[in-house]
Amino acid sequence: MDYKLTFKDYSKALTKGTLLGLKCKTCGNITTPPKMTCQECGGTDLEVVEVKKKGKIVTFTNVSVAPEGRQNEVPYIIVLVRLDEGPWIMGNLIDIDPASANMDLIGRDVSVGFKIFPGDKFSPGDQARPVFSFS
Amino acid sequence: MRKVAIVGTGHTPFTFATEKTSIELFSEAAMDAINEAGLKSKDMQALYLGNCLGDFSEGQAMMQSYAANDIGAFHIPATRFEGACASSSLAVRDAFIWVASGFYDVVLVGGVERAASMGTSLATRTFAMFTDSHYEYPAGLTFPAMFAMLAHLYSHKYGVPLERLKEQMAQVSVQSHAYGMSNPKAQFHKEITKEDVLNGFMVTSPLQLLDCCPFSDGAAALVLVSEEKAKELTDKPVFITGIGQASSGRLSAQKDDLPRLRAREESAKQAYDLAGIKPSDVDLCELHDCFSIASLIAAESLGFFEFGKAGEAWEKGETKIGGKIPINVSGGLKAKGHPIGATGASQVSEIYHQLRGEAGERQVEGAKIGLTDTLGGDGVICTLIMEKGW
Ligand SMILES: [Zn+2]
Repeated sequence: MDYKLTFKDYSKALTKGTLLGLKCKTCGNITTPPKMTCQECGGTDLEVVEVKKKGKIVTFTNVSVAPEGRQNEVPYIIVLVRLDEGPWIMGNLIDIDPASANMDLIGRDVSVGFKIFPGDKFSPGDQARPVFSFS
Repeated sequence: MRKVAIVGTGHTPFTFATEKTSIELFSEAAMDAINEAGLKSKDMQALYLGNCLGDFSEGQAMMQSYAANDIGAFHIPATRFEGACASSSLAVRDAFIWVASGFYDVVLVGGVERAASMGTSLATRTFAMFTDSHYEYPAGLTFPAMFAMLAHLYSHKYGVPLERLKEQMAQVSVQSHAYGMSNPKAQFHKEITKEDVLNGFMVTSPLQLLDCCPFSDGAAALVLVSEEKAKELTDKPVFITGIGQASSGRLSAQKDDLPRLRAREESAKQAYDLAGIKPSDVDLCELHDCFSIASLIAAESLGFFEFGKAGEAWEKGETKIGGKIPINVSGGLKAKGHPIGATGASQVSEIYHQLRGEAGERQVEGAKIGLTDTLGGDGVICTLIMEKGW
């Protein structure tokens, strides 16, 4: 069975400002980031759709200790965001001083952009990643 | 299905960076386990070895084969288990299944890791490999960052104000360090206070340095045998009576289940059902306290406390010896140390000695049933239940 929306295609679309997902024809739910099957029901009858780039912050952390090769990025904030259409995605929150991150971030409205992670010796080249800013 | 007993254990000290190789560490633990069982290396029919990062820490993959040869268990089938921090628990579960099935009578199982030897930067990078490398690592996700996000979510979802939760989390680390004092194999023999935790360096908000377990080097090993074989070897066998294992998707895919890990609840149910017991039957528990908040999350999903209430239980001393359910009296990952591939076997070793009444100052008197909970990454979970067999 062919993989309907690969990492490469998802990533490429994100760098053009489009967030893609998979709509399940069985249960109607949207899965993104993509997988072979629907995250809700395991269904395989999926269609690639454009997902609205709006959501709310569910949780966050301000990172001060980075992995090897990423020390120049700290401090940075990672958030989990619940998109208006249901799925959760992870990325960085920008446009805010990381030191000011506190519980008030939870529930804030954000919109989705992107940034490139150039990869390191363990990862295969450029990877697009979502970033979020307040909307 | 046949009954399966543990009849020997070996456990190196858990330490900061050591100069011993992984194979040296594991061989020391393995020979101690084999000797304690009253067996010889040639009696081992198979080796199941948990190891995650040998490839990165010392350029050694496939160490299971060399480890079997090192101890003189020549040419036995040797298999490596990789399930992040749960690696050797998965190995124990499989060893149980193979002995229970009748295929083997005697299996050597354990794990080893040299995480401290890697240094913080490379260890942080490689531990982050236990997250989704394509969809989540690009955001800079680290292992502590994952639990840091769960801590904020826990505070929000259960309505425990963050400042209050931080105090509860600090109490988890304080208790673990207090018990670590009486474990000669522990990495830390140092009491800490709540203030020490709350004044520590902020690693990834809200987790401070003493909310996090250390990077550690060490190994642990066990000998598992059939009930029939156990009768020849000991009059104090400890039986494995419940096993569970489950898996998960990437963190974001776990959505509304968070901060609970659904896989833990699936795994624990399998183990409780197989053993035919309830959480209230458990006399002591070694659970996966990689971070202070992880202890609260684990204890709730294992059925010991209500959701959102585990922190209060730690504060009231319900998790101490003499309390409702003694948790991590070995010092836990926090004070005993966390050489990831060895952790599960180490937890089982603690339960084994507790059930045999051999735990010294930290003995839980009269313990008959013990449970281990081991978490790998954001969702490989293994639950094991052990019972006193005499
Ligand atoms: Zn579906």
